[in-house]
Amino acid sequence: MTSSLRLRAGLVSIVLLAAFLGVWHLATRSTAPVATMSPEYAKLMGLTATQGKSAMPGPLDVGAKLWEHVKRPFYDNGPNDKGLGIQLGYSIARVGTGYLLAVLVAIPLGFLIGMSPLLSKALDPFIQVLKPISPLAWMPLALYTIKDSSVSAIFVIFICSIWPMLLNTVFGVASVRKEWINVARTLEVGTVRRAFTVILPAAAPTILTGMRISIGIAWLVIVAAEMLVGGTGIGYFVWNEWNNLSITNVIIAILLIGVVGMLLDQILARFTRMVTFPE
Amino acid sequence: MTDKFVSIEGIAKRYPGAGGATTTVFENLWLSMARGEFCCVIGHSGCGKTTVLNILAGLDAPSEGAVIVDGQAIAGTSLDRAVIFQSHALLPWRTVLGNVAYAVSSKWRSWDRAKVKAHAQTFIDLVGLTGSEHKRPSELSGGMKQRVGIARALSITPKMMLMDEPFSALDALTRGTLQDEVRRICLETGQTAFMITHDVDEAIYLADKIFLMTNGPGAVLAEVVENPLPRDRGRTDLHRHPLYYALRNHIIDFLVTRSKTFVAETPDHDPRNVPMVHIGKPGLTIASNGEEPRQTWTPGTSPGLTA
Repeated sequence: MTSSLRLRAGLVSIVLLAAFLGVWHLATRSTAPVATMSPEYAKLMGLTATQGKSAMPGPLDVGAKLWEHVKRPFYDNGPNDKGLGIQLGYSIARVGTGYLLAVLVAIPLGFLIGMSPLLSKALDPFIQVLKPISPLAWMPLALYTIKDSSVSAIFVIFICSIWPMLLNTVFGVASVRKEWINVARTLEVGTVRRAFTVILPAAAPTILTGMRISIGIAWLVIVAAEMLVGGTGIGYFVWNEWNNLSITNVIIAILLIGVVGMLLDQILARFTRMVTFPE
Repeated sequence: MTDKFVSIEGIAKRYPGAGGATTTVFENLWLSMARGEFCCVIGHSGCGKTTVLNILAGLDAPSEGAVIVDGQAIAGTSLDRAVIFQSHALLPWRTVLGNVAYAVSSKWRSWDRAKVKAHAQTFIDLVGLTGSEHKRPSELSGGMKQRVGIARALSITPKMMLMDEPFSALDALTRGTLQDEVRRICLETGQTAFMITHDVDEAIYLADKIFLMTNGPGAVLAEVVENPLPRDRGRTDLHRHPLYYALRNHIIDFLVTRSKTFVAETPDHDPRNVPMVHIGKPGLTIASNGEEPRQTWTPGTSPGLTA
């Protein structure tokens, strides 16, 4: 029953994809009238004016270009012409570094706040104010103080991914079932052992959910951050290709951003499943 | 009372209420238990039974008074006093063995894995869960979960067991079986047990002494009823004992009517000397003020009819 449902769902997905590609293809066919002009003038004009080609690339153009990128993902022809693999690698490395730093800060800090009602109340106003700040708003301050655009991007990732993790850790730790804490208390389990044997496993699903939200936000933010700092990364690639007016490459980059974001989410989803316990 | 293993001395529990007022759940509560005694507390919800148990366990602190166990005033929780929780409170991410082993390794921190495991296994076998060691709590029935809770409590070889309505969430059949096992285990190991229950029959079957508490707030311990049934009682012929119905009626009368009116009707109730009721021994009955003696039968007659 479930397998047939999956089969049918897969079929519907394929049909939807085919329909989308078909509409896209039809919409970008070259239909515009071709104006007659002198060859000198035609050189200055785009293909839209000279051959009636649509300004928007069709699925076949994108597919062909994508195949080129897939064949040579890691070429490096200087600062403005690098393979997509390299660009994605830079972005993933930045996200990974900023994210891991955020994990190292948010989870221990969240534990402390969650276990101490005093700290929880004292730090709450700061968290409430800092949380809604757009991570990109930190960028000028980061560039001014750190004086390194690449590190500034990592800082922006750090600052944007820390809040969901911190808040979920606090919530997870503070809402561990009282009876489990009481079990540990009646067994005279010390604070540190209690934190690792009762609170951590009990709060782990909530913490992992926070980490999953964070990685999503971090991946959203890196594109914007790299558009600002420039140099390398998939965000810079998108902006560079926009400046080149290569809409094909922009579309490919958008597709890859989506795929990588999905993979990151799936990895965290798998970790979440590993620590989730049935009650 | 020479052997006071547990002595609750004048404890009170107050909570800050609305508008600066304080709500007193109970105050000046005195209660004592001998070593190896099985005591049940019966009273309506809100009379502070669970609070008394939590104070005994060390999970809660009394607003006034002290609790002395085995000659020492208690301060906080202790591995000498094991708690069996109403909701079993198993750690769902651990297996049956893991839950029991967690308690064992908390008591004996220097033990190696094999020793902890062997010790835990003994208690899993004791409660009849052999073969289910590697299941997680979510795979167990309610009765099996509570067995794990019992095994966990026993595995640390406590001096006393505290049980907060341990069987209330179970179906009648499972409850009966587990009552048998708890009774057997407590008798075998000479445990002192303190159990909260709403089930009169459970109290009659298990207890040596039954504490009757009036309704809260301002609850008092009204009477201590000594169970007249022999210690080696059996579940099947319990109700045939000549004093069974007298005892049962006494408790139910208390729950139905006297738990509400006791405080008003008994102004000279001395919480330090709570009357001890001996069903079926009229000579020893301490009748409370203004109340006609309730125990007018003699053993061997049909006491149920006189009430």
